[in-house]
Amino acid sequence: MTVTLNVNGRTRTVAADPRTPLLYVLRNDLRLNGAKFGCGLGQCGACTVVIDGEAVFSCVTPILLLEGRQITTVEGLGTLERPGALQRAFIEKQAAQCGYCIPGMMMRAHALLLKRPNATRDEIRKALEPNLCRCCTHMRILDAVARAGELMREARGEDQGT
Amino acid sequence: MMDALDHPLVTRRRFLGAGGALVVSFSLGPRVGAAQSAFVRPGDLNDARYLDAWIRIDAEGRISVFTGKAELGQGIRTALIQLAAEELDVAPDSIHLVTADTGLTPNEGYTAGSRSIVDSGTAIRNAAAQVRDLLVAAAAARWQLPPARLKAENGAVVSDDGRTLQYGELVASTQLHVVAQPQSNLKKPVFSRVMGKSLARVDIPAKVTGGAAYVQDLRLPKMLHARVVRPPGPGANLLDVDSGAVTKMPGVVKVIRDGSFLAVAAVGEFQAIQAMRALAEAARWNERPTLPRAGSVPTFILNFRAEDHTVRDTRTSSVRAGRALEATYTRPYQCHASIGPSCAVALFDKGSITVWTHTQGVYPDRAAIAQMLRLPLDKVRCIHMEGAGCYGHNGADDAAADTALIARALPGRPVRLEWMREQEHAWEPYGPAMITKIRATLEDSGSISDWNYELWSNTHLTRPGSAGALLPAQSLAQPFAPDEQHVEITPEGTADRNSVPIYTIPNQHIVWHFLREMPLRTSALRALGAYMNVFSIESFMDELAHAAGADPVQFRLRHLRDERAREVITTAAKAFGWSGSALPRNHGRGFAFARYKNLAAYCAVAIDVEIERETGRARMTRAVAAVDSGEIVNPDGIRNQTEGGILQSMSWTLFEAVTFDDTRVTSIDWSTYPVLRFSSVPDRVEVHLVPRPGRPFLGVGEAAQGPTAAALANAIANATGKRLRDIPFTPDRVRAAMGVL
Ligand code: FES
Ligand code: FES
Repeated sequence: MTVTLNVNGRTRTVAADPRTPLLYVLRNDLRLNGAKFGCGLGQCGACTVVIDGEAVFSCVTPILLLEGRQITTVEGLGTLERPGALQRAFIEKQAAQCGYCIPGMMMRAHALLLKRPNATRDEIRKALEPNLCRCCTHMRILDAVARAGELMREARGEDQGT
Repeated sequence: MMDALDHPLVTRRRFLGAGGALVVSFSLGPRVGAAQSAFVRPGDLNDARYLDAWIRIDAEGRISVFTGKAELGQGIRTALIQLAAEELDVAPDSIHLVTADTGLTPNEGYTAGSRSIVDSGTAIRNAAAQVRDLLVAAAAARWQLPPARLKAENGAVVSDDGRTLQYGELVASTQLHVVAQPQSNLKKPVFSRVMGKSLARVDIPAKVTGGAAYVQDLRLPKMLHARVVRPPGPGANLLDVDSGAVTKMPGVVKVIRDGSFLAVAAVGEFQAIQAMRALAEAARWNERPTLPRAGSVPTFILNFRAEDHTVRDTRTSSVRAGRALEATYTRPYQCHASIGPSCAVALFDKGSITVWTHTQGVYPDRAAIAQMLRLPLDKVRCIHMEGAGCYGHNGADDAAADTALIARALPGRPVRLEWMREQEHAWEPYGPAMITKIRATLEDSGSISDWNYELWSNTHLTRPGSAGALLPAQSLAQPFAPDEQHVEITPEGTADRNSVPIYTIPNQHIVWHFLREMPLRTSALRALGAYMNVFSIESFMDELAHAAGADPVQFRLRHLRDERAREVITTAAKAFGWSGSALPRNHGRGFAFARYKNLAAYCAVAIDVEIERETGRARMTRAVAAVDSGEIVNPDGIRNQTEGGILQSMSWTLFEAVTFDDTRVTSIDWSTYPVLRFSSVPDRVEVHLVPRPGRPFLGVGEAAQGPTAAALANAIANATGKRLRDIPFTPDRVRAAMGVL
């Protein structure tokens, strides 16, 4: 059976059992590396993607629910050549050790910053609670998300100025 | 092998001698075997002695650097590139670094023990310096100029009269397949361009944009997905399994059974998972209660038969009078629990197998897998690819072995296996449960006059060497028995790592009660015994300081002669603003220090904690660390590792314990094995580095684990007046200590 998904602004049709969790479709059918398998249980956030503006555990979300909805993965935030604000901020703050948890962190942060562009450090900390980092890069992750908020605000400021 | 004396290098060296670029330090040929051992080459250059084992340059000037060490999330890739770029005088991004691969790189054993910069970094740095000098010598010969008039600059050799030859133009006349010299002409720190600088990590941009970065991301054509079905508990055997229905499930290609080893391969990953679940349902196991009945602290290990090994004995008969103090500390089994479960890809084709793995040691892993598959070594290649953060011997090698077994049953098809979360938590080798007991005498003068230290522990090293170390090999129809364990007392130590106090104390007696009986498989977890030993010693130092009425920092300094240790302690204390001033209720400060392994990096940690009386929750609100790791390759890399070490140790110390009943491990996911989450993260963490340009590298990646644990215990004692000696300091334990019901 085929399911049509909208991933990072592109329409993708995949042939898969509709009960398949989105994570495996992203990684294997669509060959996107960003979302990671961490637990498959909704406990760690490594698989986090944004669906219609909300951070979602893709490891426990079957694709049958997703037709017509906007799915964003870390690949949708920018590219190596043209990194987006969150990506630039994580690079600038060197916010990774192994980096395995980082795309999930970025997607949860993305959902937060979409809703609350001026999120405080406290709000960032609260929002990231579902996501685990075993290398314990937490301090830098918090710095990077705060920095991404700044970059986004700067960008908007410039937009208004021109 | 080429005879070094006959080699052009030697001629060139003689030529160079006048210019002072290199000292001709031997005059004996390799035929005079005995004399050779006098030449110790730096780092692992002593084992892989040919320069081109480490560095190769092609005619286009492209530089490849080879390391037998692996990127484990510690940033080693960037630091090694910096070292090579510095000595070769090229831009870091012009270097292509090849990491651990039995087909390509030197054998540098395991990437472990904070030794990568010391072993591989030293080798690469020296090899790069020697290669650079050979290139300069080649240019000198071509131009008929003394080498002193030439220098290496940005991938070329330039002369003082303005001539330039690119490295690529010189390689044809430069023989790099030569044995390295014991000494190299290293750049002086003042001329450093990339050494000592916070070069941005080379791997981060791909990791934040969805680039393929991990073995989990490797997709080979026609690759199958596999899953294993593990027994319900360590003592269980597979009685029978009716896999008929499973083989008919969509996408299933094969069910593999060998003894109690059970696995399934399918076209799709989710199909493999569903088939694994069905297979687990269909399997019948014979479960046996092999695990000890345990209370909340692992005192059951005291019942195991112990073999005593003396780590140190400096007792003399003149025991002085004073106050005797005694304390016992415990630590449970703890998990590595990488955020991404173990994974491997393997391809068995025409009698040879290639395994892509996040193992810490491609060469030892190859040997173990070859033995398990009964293949000659040259039919097995292990290639390291990154996995999720690795903090020691986790499931990587076992997953590689699982995948090799499955791939052998499916010749010509690449197979990717990933463990499930529950399998990782239940089957990885744990950091061993440990108990320590300290008795010491405090003289009236406030000095410690004797020190009696005992530790009880299993081995911390069950890494592969042989097939018996591989989990699936132990359960095959023709099983391999786990390796016989040998205890050796070494300077670096294992369970006994850092069991010798760094302080000046007469009359020391230190014993490791080695436990052979191992109900749960244990192995290396970041810092090995140093985590528990430093926790114990540094907790007890505070207890002694308290008894002596002394400030804990002053008390440590009073017993410490090593100047670098003293500087690290005073740096941390000053940056923290250490004082004995009164703090608000339920707030405390704590300090601890260690030199990792007593021979690697120095690390002092000072922290603030806040206790929520009602819940018993202890939160570290601020940490300040000072570190001396010798010469610094990448300051931000060290800060990143140390920040991570502090928070990880805090997680171990506040939250983590493996739980089990008499047949099964019961901590099998993140809800049954809780770890640090953002709500428990400090408000601030600072790491101060003590610069030591030109001094030898001191491994630093694990230095914060012990001190952080003790600083937490000391801060909680400072806040509550109660001393916690059993890790983890869960809210229940904190509340109980405070008498809050
Ligand atoms: S992998 Fe989805 S929450 Fe852990
Ligand atoms: S950086 Fe390794 S798990 Fe977060």
